Amino acid sequence: MSNIIEAEGLKKRFGTTQALDGVDLAAGEGTVLGILGPNGAGKTTAVRILATLLQADSGRATIDGYDVVKDAGKVRRTIGLTGQYASVDEDLTGIQNLVLIGNLLNLSGRDAKARALELLEWFGLADAAQRRAKTYSGGMRRRLDLAASLVGRPRVIFLDEPTTALDPAKRQDMWEVLRRLVTDGSTVLLTTQYLEEADALADEISVIDHGKVIAHDTPDGLKRQIGGQRIRVKPTDRARMEDVHRILAEIGGNEPQASGRDELTVAVNGEDALAATVGRLAADGIAVTELSLHLPSLDEVFMTLTGERVAGDGTTTGSKEVAA
Amino acid sequence: MTTTATTQPARRPVPQAAVTGAASGGYFRHIIAIAKRSLIKMVRTPEALIDVTLQPIIFLLLFTYIFGGAIGGSSADYLQFLLPGLLAQSIAQAGVALGQNLNADIEKGVFDRFRSLPIGRSVPLVGAVIADIGRYLILCVVTLGFGMIMGFRIETNALAATAGIGISIAFALCFCWISVFVGMKVRTSGAVQGIMFLIVLPLSFASNTFVNPETMPDWLQTFVKINPISQLVTTMRGLMIGGPVQESLMWTLVWMAILLIVFVPLALRAYRKRT
Repeated sequence: MSNIIEAEGLKKRFGTTQALDGVDLAAGEGTVLGILGPNGAGKTTAVRILATLLQADSGRATIDGYDVVKDAGKVRRTIGLTGQYASVDEDLTGIQNLVLIGNLLNLSGRDAKARALELLEWFGLADAAQRRAKTYSGGMRRRLDLAASLVGRPRVIFLDEPTTALDPAKRQDMWEVLRRLVTDGSTVLLTTQYLEEADALADEISVIDHGKVIAHDTPDGLKRQIGGQRIRVKPTDRARMEDVHRILAEIGGNEPQASGRDELTVAVNGEDALAATVGRLAADGIAVTELSLHLPSLDEVFMTLTGERVAGDGTTTGSKEVAA
Repeated sequence: MTTTATTQPARRPVPQAAVTGAASGGYFRHIIAIAKRSLIKMVRTPEALIDVTLQPIIFLLLFTYIFGGAIGGSSADYLQFLLPGLLAQSIAQAGVALGQNLNADIEKGVFDRFRSLPIGRSVPLVGAVIADIGRYLILCVVTLGFGMIMGFRIETNALAATAGIGISIAFALCFCWISVFVGMKVRTSGAVQGIMFLIVLPLSFASNTFVNPETMPDWLQTFVKINPISQLVTTMRGLMIGGPVQESLMWTLVWMAILLIVFVPLALRAYRKRT
């Protein structure tokens, strides 16, 4: 078995809600598997089962060949877990949080402290080491939480929505940290609500919805499937909408969609699409207030894959809210 | 649609030696590590010590000076009667906070990390219980110290009184597993407090802690006799102001064993099942 993370047919029901309805997952050693889905899709439930915190109703899962139920102890020696809600102890200082984990992992007092200092340095928390975690900002807590999951140098790391609720700049910082993790050789399973994040970090992506994997591919493969990037244009003068429509239709080779007030979006392929759009708009003398190239949002991904919209609360329509 | 074999991107080097070490040999060390965490939190949040500092002082003052004369003839006589009992009653109540704290820890997700570590399943609970000894010690020192300022005198000897304190702390370590169990079972820490007071208050008042139960109706006297807190109170009185202790001590030990046998497995099971 070459996959360090393997899950087959995982099912889990909470009351009347089928949180997982037969999920298969696989990740090779040293790779990053992204699990993309809206709130309540079952991402966290899947992670909790793989991390031995929860038992599936049926199906099986192994980490490095060890069954997550029968060999839970061995699995726990292989994994590190960073939860959706930063689970650091607020009354302890940064260093105390990490030394505690080191002690629980049988490091000697000296080794636990050395490892704690090393990680605090690594995560840019050295100056805050002696401060209580209560005083940390949201981004600092996330980093401390991540550091805590790395104390034992785990070969498999579970990151449950590591950047949710972080502002864009902090998210970029977090990505940098995660990239370094992966270059250290760890296998990472990352859940996220952002295609952009999965695209930036993952080698392969499983899209999950209503407790089922609805797509699995590399980021490029997935983008091909859902139509790659979008160009969005908002002309200054509404009267030029028709011209914009014509230009975008030619460049994208498909029908542009109205994506907001006086705004058109078209799926494009090829790296030169944006430059071509700018060129054509300029040639026709069309002024724009907004022009952007972006990856499809989760909403657009799900529209393409399932024909369902993601509701404002992040769940796909028709799904029941799950404490997942 | 299902995922099948992944195409493997270029393998990266595997990290060096993952943590090894026997989980079994570390059990005691792990408990100490968790207990240390609780003690750090205790020092950091002194306001959480009110139930083992200010509360027993206020109870001592209220009962001694308001009810003392009416119940015990004089405040001074009543204080001698009250203090060993109040110590026993308060120490049983002091475990309520433990269940609340554990409940809060689980809600915050702190325990998810512990559960994902290769440590014994019971370590987080047992470690927290062990750390609670600190609170019980504070309670004993404060109650006895303030009682002495008010005029309480140990009528036996220092050794017997120390033994009494030791037994009451040991009793509290068994009794608190009810609180741990409730903490694992209910959703919020407020509910832990509510349920625990429903258990602790009747046990505290339907006992010989505050009054001599002779005037109570027969059925209540029967309850008072069985009540584990009564047995502890009688033992404490014997060890601090004199009187027979053998029988009540035996029943106290029996109750401690029952509490452990029933509530430790229940608490651990509830902890395992908690998601």
